[in-house]
Amino acid sequence: MNKVNKDNFTQEKYKYGFVTEIESEKIPKGLNEDVIKLISKKKNEPEWMLEWRLSAFKRLENMSVPKWAKAEIDEIDFQDLYYYSSPKDFKEKPKSLDEVDPKLLETYEKLGIPLKEQKVLAGVAVDAVFDSVSVATTFKEKLNEIGVIFCPISEAIQKHPELVKKYIGSVIPVTDHFYATLNSAVFSDGSFVYIPKGVKCPMELSTYFRINASETGQFERTLIIADEGSYVSYLEGCTAPMRDENQLHAANVELVALDDAEIKYSTVQNWYPGDENGKGGIYNFVTKRGLCKGKNSKISWTQIETGSAITWKYPSCILRGDNSTGEFYSVAITNNYQQADTGTKMIHLGKNTKSRIISKGISAGKSSNTYRGLVSFHKKAKNAKNFTQCDSLLVGSECKANTIPLTENSSNSSSIEHEATTSKISDEQLFYCMQRGLDAEEAQSLIVNGFCKEVLQKLPMEFAVEAQKLVSISLEGSVG
Amino acid sequence: MLEIKNLNVTVEEKQILKNLNLNIGKGEVHAIMGPNGSGKSTIAHTLAGKPNYNVESGEVNLNGEDLLSKDPYERSLNGLFLAFQYPIELPGVTNASYLKQIVNAHRKSRKETPIDAGEFLKILKEKSKLLDIPMDMHSRFVNTGFSGGEKKKNEVLQMDLLDPSLIIMDETDSGLDVDALKTTADAINKLRNDERSFIIITHYLRLLEYIEPDYVHVFQNGSVIETGDKTLASRIDQEGYS
Ligand SMILES: Nc1ncnc2c1ncn2[C@@H]1O[C@H](COP(=O)(O)OP(=O)(O)OP(=O)(O)O)[C@@H](O)[C@H]1O
Ligand SMILES: [Mg+2]
Repeated sequence: MNKVNKDNFTQEKYKYGFVTEIESEKIPKGLNEDVIKLISKKKNEPEWMLEWRLSAFKRLENMSVPKWAKAEIDEIDFQDLYYYSSPKDFKEKPKSLDEVDPKLLETYEKLGIPLKEQKVLAGVAVDAVFDSVSVATTFKEKLNEIGVIFCPISEAIQKHPELVKKYIGSVIPVTDHFYATLNSAVFSDGSFVYIPKGVKCPMELSTYFRINASETGQFERTLIIADEGSYVSYLEGCTAPMRDENQLHAANVELVALDDAEIKYSTVQNWYPGDENGKGGIYNFVTKRGLCKGKNSKISWTQIETGSAITWKYPSCILRGDNSTGEFYSVAITNNYQQADTGTKMIHLGKNTKSRIISKGISAGKSSNTYRGLVSFHKKAKNAKNFTQCDSLLVGSECKANTIPLTENSSNSSSIEHEATTSKISDEQLFYCMQRGLDAEEAQSLIVNGFCKEVLQKLPMEFAVEAQKLVSISLEGSVG
Repeated sequence: MLEIKNLNVTVEEKQILKNLNLNIGKGEVHAIMGPNGSGKSTIAHTLAGKPNYNVESGEVNLNGEDLLSKDPYERSLNGLFLAFQYPIELPGVTNASYLKQIVNAHRKSRKETPIDAGEFLKILKEKSKLLDIPMDMHSRFVNTGFSGGEKKKNEVLQMDLLDPSLIIMDETDSGLDVDALKTTADAINKLRNDERSFIIITHYLRLLEYIEPDYVHVFQNGSVIETGDKTLASRIDQEGYS
């Protein structure tokens, strides 16, 4: 069915695959102290930051690449990568959009992220990260008026060192694991958010990550702090050009919620997934962790993972504050030869802590999709509760789905509820919808969107429709 | 409007329909009766284009066009509607949004703009009332956990919403209680007109007493063994097939 259109679909499928022709300035390939010193210098960092990076690098020398994930991966030569790339002559971040290279503005326009304030989505502030640097941040002043800090982390290191010093590495220890440590040594840019006491951030904050340069890794570092009684909703989006090589995006994202604070963090990950034969695509190795530090705090992760050749990602919550809540809502879609190994860790330390996990994995083509999760109740986590639901949907017969939910329980008053299902889109369902006038692609996307609606609804309204479309597009060409 | 000529159909390499011939004129109502396993649902599925129903030979024309070369959704957009004997569940998909989407698919093929949300709600209310369908059923998932009778009513509702020109009902009456059967039959009768043709597959005289057929065909072993008027249905009701 729809044979005529199928080729068009595969070509149109990844519409963010273009390259911006812009001269870039790179630090020579390789991973060593000199490179790290240069990165730090380019970013005008204070001495303490460089020390911090170098100590991470020292630790890295004794660490090795993790082998636990259920993925087949080509070995990465860490000496054969660029760790820093920025548009040429990008000495300092432009003060206003008028100073931003028009080519960059055009790039973001093409990606559907207009940066000119008169055109931007009302109610959404954007930080635009291009390879290793943030090129623009919108609505900064407006947010400043109510005390909200939203800026590139490189800027925060200079302007708000006390906050950065206090919280960076406080959720993800420098020595956590290989990629987290690597990131700590070479991180380039990402966003910094601080919401002061009692402030409910009136806008959606979002960061848009774009990889453009070839043979370059992107090492995002994001830090969000919600002070007592505050609230923030943050969203990140990611795309990259289509290339035959595999490119690395290794991010560290740390969230800290103090007493009665709430952070809602959403991701729409649409890195280039590679072609139909599994050539190229981003390796998306990401460490995301939130600390519910204060009582009654709440951290909620929502992710729509449709891109990347390989995704390893386990956004987690450490529920330290009593009565704190962690949530994880995930849709992971894999098609062709994509591999996704994703899930969450909910670490219950405080009393009456609650967590909720809803994971929807959709695999098509020859892809493989694994949910890997850990729910852990420590001794003091009295009356802690978890609810986990993992659903897998298979499209076709050559894909794989796995569910690996682990639990550790040292608290005898806690409860874990776990549900898991695996289903297939049946030919009967497709035929039924087609009998009512939907073509094969429409029928499939109706059923798939139904399958993951519970999660899609958790996204900020401005992005929900877009995400729905993305879900359908990611599966195009997979109907038999 | 529908001509079936010497149709031979196999399913899983088993021949089910054998040299089937059937002609349905515009505005006519044809009933198909016949013992279990005689091929009634098979002809319905074949006409709707279900995959794995292999047409070995024969011809089917709908309004002068070859039907068998078309995709199932094209057949639907061309006016063919099949009310399923066993309607399919679509978990996660709310009935209201599903109904709206299929209505819009048909509008799109007629080059019309998508239906306005308010207007759709109005029509949905109207048509649901006719069938005695409570509105809260539309916020549930398509057919999921619906009772047997509710599923059948939901089929008739879709039939009404899509305005088809050829309606095939596969045992739509089975599973409906006496009152529901009457409501549903009334709703179906409202759809009868000079342009629209019906194929009604049923085991029971009762439905045919409400919806009077112009012809009754008896199926056996994959072909029509007898054709008559509505009195044939009464005879079968009394004497059975043997
Ligand atoms: N997928 C299949 N594989 C093998 N045989 C099949 C398949 N589908 C249908 N059949 C057979 O085809 C024959 C006709 O089936 P069909 O469903 O058309 O009967 P029917 O007349 O609708 O019966 P009923 O009155 O019970 O609904 C039956 O013998 C059935 O077992
Ligand atoms: Mg049948």
